[in-house]
Amino acid sequence: MYAFTYHRPKNLAEAAEQFGAGEDAAYVSGGHTLIPAMKSRLSAPSDLVDLSKLADLKGIQKDGDQIVIGAAETHAAVAANSDVNDAIPALAALAGSIGDVQVRYRGTMGGSVANNDPAADYPAAVLALAATVRTTQREIAADDFFDGLYTTVLEPGEIITSIAYPVPTEASYAKMRNPASRYALCAVFVARFDDAVRVAITGAGNDGVFRWTEAEDALSSNFSPKALESLQLDPAEMLGDIHAEPAFRARLAQVCTRRAVAAPGKLTLC
Amino acid sequence: MTQVNLKINGTSKTVDVEDRTLLVQLLREHLGMTGTHVGCDTTQCGACTVILDGKAVKSCTVLAAMADGGEVTTIEGLADGETLHPVQEAFRTHHGLQCGFCTPGMIMAAVHMIERHGPDLDEATVRHELEGNLCRCTGYHNIVTAILAVAHSAAK
Repeated sequence: MYAFTYHRPKNLAEAAEQFGAGEDAAYVSGGHTLIPAMKSRLSAPSDLVDLSKLADLKGIQKDGDQIVIGAAETHAAVAANSDVNDAIPALAALAGSIGDVQVRYRGTMGGSVANNDPAADYPAAVLALAATVRTTQREIAADDFFDGLYTTVLEPGEIITSIAYPVPTEASYAKMRNPASRYALCAVFVARFDDAVRVAITGAGNDGVFRWTEAEDALSSNFSPKALESLQLDPAEMLGDIHAEPAFRARLAQVCTRRAVAAPGKLTLC
Repeated sequence: MTQVNLKINGTSKTVDVEDRTLLVQLLREHLGMTGTHVGCDTTQCGACTVILDGKAVKSCTVLAAMADGGEVTTIEGLADGETLHPVQEAFRTHHGLQCGFCTPGMIMAAVHMIERHGPDLDEATVRHELEGNLCRCTGYHNIVTAILAVAHSAAK
């Protein structure tokens, strides 16, 4: 790891100041993506601004028909939270399926969403639930937030403060994990609302998380696994690597979507 | 440089470290506490597991500076003099180790798991929650047996 200067701000304003003063600063929260990237020298920020202890980024509450989760809440905290489990059990189960026990005590929701790793879990839930990403500067609709691999519309210095997830009538998450890294080879979050069905796929797309609109249309008229049988994603739009070829990921996406639809309220590990 | 204050195994320590120092480096290189191991150094194997503020974490992926003000329990903090901690004793009784490299991390993860689940701990849960700890020798069977023996013993 290259040398850097560590900062622990007292509040969000000070965090932004410290970020702005650094030549090539980065925010760190759980650090479970950034620190490994820094250790392998894929990332070498000049300054690290630690958001993990800021009270403004904490808290999980039910707010009307939404669940609002502070950005610095850990995966373990979300997985164990009773409001999340009552309102959107698939979201709690998703958080509880990330990495392993130790990882879930450090990794945070905001970090995962801001990083937008193409195999991360949270972006699928944010997109499928049509969540609103709240930042230090504005509110951003999920459909406008993700902008390609490891890229979002966040400006330099902008911090996710919380994410508001509308409570669906039901939701589910199905994931095929790489058995070594435990990252999703493909995972699908299906959310059903009174007026719409939304399907978001992570791990598979060559441009990061995306909505499978053909599946949404099919499920809107017939919410059953059978409705998906004739649908197929284009392998040309899938990721391919040593772990899975594009055609396999396209197939996984269809299988995971069917399994998600078949198991409402649940996490299915394919 | 950053000054890091930690309570480690009940003793307050103040250590000046480079900002880039990992918690596991502070333990091993600055304090000479080499019971906590570094296996993969990529957050996967769990050999570096310690308890930080009541939670099992991988100390190869926590900056020492981020842990400042916290309480850390390492493998060195478990035994009471010559008397092994029940989990340590169970690993010995049930042959829960061969080469022993993963053992400090396994035991710290196990201590925390038993604390959280108590006597309700079952085999499926142990196997699932050991996802973050890799052992290349034993095939896990005796590790699981050891953990369950402690969880289910009245004397724990």
